[in-house]
Amino acid sequence: MKVSILGGSGYAGGELLRLLINHPDCKITRVTSQRFAGEPLYRVHPNLRGRTNLRFDDKSLATHNDNDLVFTALPHGKSAGLVPQLLDQGTKIVDLAADFRLKNPEAYPEYYHTKHEHPELLEKAVYGLPEIHREDIRNAKLVAVPGCMATASILGLAPLVKTGIVEKEHIVIDAKIGSSGAGAGPSMGSHHPEREGGVRPYKIVGHRHTPEIEQELGQLNGGNVKVAFTPHAVGMVRGILVTIHAFTRGQVEKKDVWKAYRGEYGNEPFIRMVSDNKGLFGLPNPKNVIGTNLCDIGFETDAHVNRLLVMSAIDNLTKGAAGAAVQCYNVMAGLDERTGLDTIGLHP
Amino acid sequence: MSSEKCPDCEALVSVPDDAVNGEIVSCPDCGLDLEIALAGQERTVKPVVLEKEDWGE
Repeated sequence: MKVSILGGSGYAGGELLRLLINHPDCKITRVTSQRFAGEPLYRVHPNLRGRTNLRFDDKSLATHNDNDLVFTALPHGKSAGLVPQLLDQGTKIVDLAADFRLKNPEAYPEYYHTKHEHPELLEKAVYGLPEIHREDIRNAKLVAVPGCMATASILGLAPLVKTGIVEKEHIVIDAKIGSSGAGAGPSMGSHHPEREGGVRPYKIVGHRHTPEIEQELGQLNGGNVKVAFTPHAVGMVRGILVTIHAFTRGQVEKKDVWKAYRGEYGNEPFIRMVSDNKGLFGLPNPKNVIGTNLCDIGFETDAHVNRLLVMSAIDNLTKGAAGAAVQCYNVMAGLDERTGLDTIGLHP
Repeated sequence: MSSEKCPDCEALVSVPDDAVNGEIVSCPDCGLDLEIALAGQERTVKPVVLEKEDWGE
């Protein structure tokens, strides 16, 4: 399949290139960047030196498009205006930004401070989490890759919400995320002396991943799900760990929680239950999934306060962005979902 | 090789054919240490109870 990447100079675009260059069913024809037009890819993504002769270009894909599928890795708000023309040309789209994640158009002014340019497309877009929407993704023309912290949160909670093990309006999510989550553009928050050595809470109420999480979990259980979501910027470069505090009406036995996870994820290629509470590696740690498309999930019951504690770890650039995009591509192309993604993480 | 259910998480735990009474195996899912108990043809697993350092004094 011939593909292009629209906006390939950011970290998500770079990760997408890292994964697609080795993908056996994928030919990258073009990678765009207005800022780096004319430059070879390795000037921006040094890990790609010697692996591709492609250069960034800035020509409009709308007029130079002969691709089967386009990955859009543009800043939030930029792809919404381009997608209709690509769809009209019969091109499939996997969008890594937030432009098509939410079904409710009124959520965009609230969480993204902008009115959606094409609200009529929101219902047509499929939320790109194969673990939940695999069949819809298979036939989709437009896929919206989930937010990174939303992915870790939804995957950690989905089986528990679906089976009704936890109270659906009393869920607290505490997220830690590495600096690459802030993007490739420099800012005070990502400046090394400010970030390193600290744990900085930010957007502690009303973070934009909140409506995604509630939307997706609500669909699983046929009702409103409410989450209290608070992220923290930490010193690592890649990785997310979410610690979820969910509550149960009575005491829950571990075997029932295991049953819920096994029932939902027993055959999932990228979900590992890491919940053996033994030694250093018995619970999820983002360090162990860096560079992979894996989501590690662990849990513990806390009878003292009827709490069910869940930890979920991903690489924000892989399962949280580009890896999820490639997984969706594989589903859309009818390939084994592991194609191009079957990597083992680093250790130590 | 036979399989027994972990009493904590209900994962299947492999018990080798040549296992001896009191042998310890670990649940592959939850990590619980389990002691194999043999009684004739019957094979069961139960959580290992560790002696504490103060011996209960």
